[in-house]
Amino acid sequence: MTKQPTIGESLRSQGISRREFMKFCTTAASLMAISPALIPQLAKALENTPRQSVIWLSFQECTGCTESLTRSHAPNLESLIFNTISLDYHHTLQAASGEAAELARAEAMKANNGKYLLVVDGSIPLANPGYSTIAGMSNKDILLEVAQGAKAVIAVGTCAAFGGLPKAAPNPTGAVAVQDLITDKPIVNVPGCPPIPIVISSVIAHYVTFGVLPQLDGLKRPLSFFGQNIHDRCYRRPFYERGWFAESFDDEGAKQGWCLYKLGCKGPVTYNACAIFKWNDAVSFPIEAGHGCLGCSEPDFWDAGGFYQALSVPLTGTATAVSYAMVGGAALGVVGGLLNRQKKSEAKQHHEVVSIADLKRT
Amino acid sequence: MNYTEFLLWVRGPAFHFATAILVLGLTLRFLEMLFLGSPRQYAAVRSNGIAGGIRTVISRFAPPEPGVFQRSWFIIVAGYLFHLGFFISFFLFAPHIILLKSLLGVSWPGLPAPVINIITIISLFAMITLLINRWYYPVLRFLSDFEDYLSWTLAFLPLFTGYLAFHHIWLPYPLMLALHILSVEILMIVLPFTKLIHTFTFIIARWTNGARAAQKGVQV
Repeated sequence: MTKQPTIGESLRSQGISRREFMKFCTTAASLMAISPALIPQLAKALENTPRQSVIWLSFQECTGCTESLTRSHAPNLESLIFNTISLDYHHTLQAASGEAAELARAEAMKANNGKYLLVVDGSIPLANPGYSTIAGMSNKDILLEVAQGAKAVIAVGTCAAFGGLPKAAPNPTGAVAVQDLITDKPIVNVPGCPPIPIVISSVIAHYVTFGVLPQLDGLKRPLSFFGQNIHDRCYRRPFYERGWFAESFDDEGAKQGWCLYKLGCKGPVTYNACAIFKWNDAVSFPIEAGHGCLGCSEPDFWDAGGFYQALSVPLTGTATAVSYAMVGGAALGVVGGLLNRQKKSEAKQHHEVVSIADLKRT
Repeated sequence: MNYTEFLLWVRGPAFHFATAILVLGLTLRFLEMLFLGSPRQYAAVRSNGIAGGIRTVISRFAPPEPGVFQRSWFIIVAGYLFHLGFFISFFLFAPHIILLKSLLGVSWPGLPAPVINIITIISLFAMITLLINRWYYPVLRFLSDFEDYLSWTLAFLPLFTGYLAFHHIWLPYPLMLALHILSVEILMIVLPFTKLIHTFTFIIARWTNGARAAQKGVQV
């Protein structure tokens, strides 16, 4: 196998100037909350590191995550990042198909054993291996096989990170997340439906530069992107504070850009960077477009009580519980009341008649 | 269980359970009270008692006689601040109104969040001073039992966790929100079986006392 070119060589061969490269390093450092003092180290690492081998597996997914990454404006950080890696296997993007594609995967795994990054989008069906297969292999088998030689795993999209839509009740395929099957490798979750492109590329850049995964939160998400929730960074927050809410999607409040809490916005419980980085080259994000946040970077967002139900509203089932409770309470109340009466009546019957003579002092 | 699952659990099964226990408990207690019946009236009643009932319901919002306020002004003022604060923050905070609308079908305007914030702080402060007062005075301390401290804790926690959740202090918001809802659910479960039931019975009790008193005596 030929020697992999370094990232610097690869970028120069594509006509990317030193100035553009340093600009990229500065932006990447800023995005990942890395100290400016480390920018030269970032540049040096990217310059001299061989292109990182990446194997990308797609399971039960909609290709939205790949679309998110590839459909962003060019030239941009994402395209630059993609130039810094060697994407050795990706169903949707690779030219090869059939046996040639699988051969490319096998070769990359062999050549970079223990060093390649495994990126996964989509959940893994366990109910029946036939629900989703690649070249005759079940998703579970191919994941376990490829993960064995991977240095780290990046679960891209909510399906890979938490099970996502395929796992939504009643979970007909028995879908699970990557972290449910892989427990012996470092995993970073980059959830979102789809995730913000810059988050995916920055995690890869961080790994390429420092050789370790970025700092993660309790759900294994990069803290620099998932450390704050949408509500705290939302430009509509002042309207929430004032108590000014849109009551429907076409009322005066909606036209005035008031808070969408009553329309089911899940911003307060959603940790993501949408309100900061936005989408389509930082043009807008769902709340700015007039729709509440769906909470797509959180586990089980699909079953979190309805997209258009306000966060403070309980999940359905209260009325049934109340009906049973009233019947039960009424039955117990009647029984309890009658028993109390009986007790009172018995106590009355056992009253001893006391005369004035009994009360005399002896 | 991650915090999202915990939040869904408190918004779903736990809330249904707590509501069921609250409704069951209240129905049970009210029926028990109903079965106690009224004491037999041996003399002709003076009036139907309605006016007396209403009068007592209102009059007992004020200290009963001159001098009581001067003697116990602190408990009365702090008690009022806590009760009013709890009432306002519960009934006039927008997310709570949405919750109540989903359960009762009726809605009303709320107050801006900063106003609720100040009221909650006053309410919390009043509760803390009332607890200190309870410890400070030996007689009050002697009269206090487990149920008193339990009632204080169960009333304090929803306000406290609500305040922390609103300001995103200490824990991630979804987790603090879940703890806030859970604290209310514990309150709902315990309420019918402790002195906290006065939330529902204070008007009935005042009415009954006032109406019965008004029925007694000589007609003029």
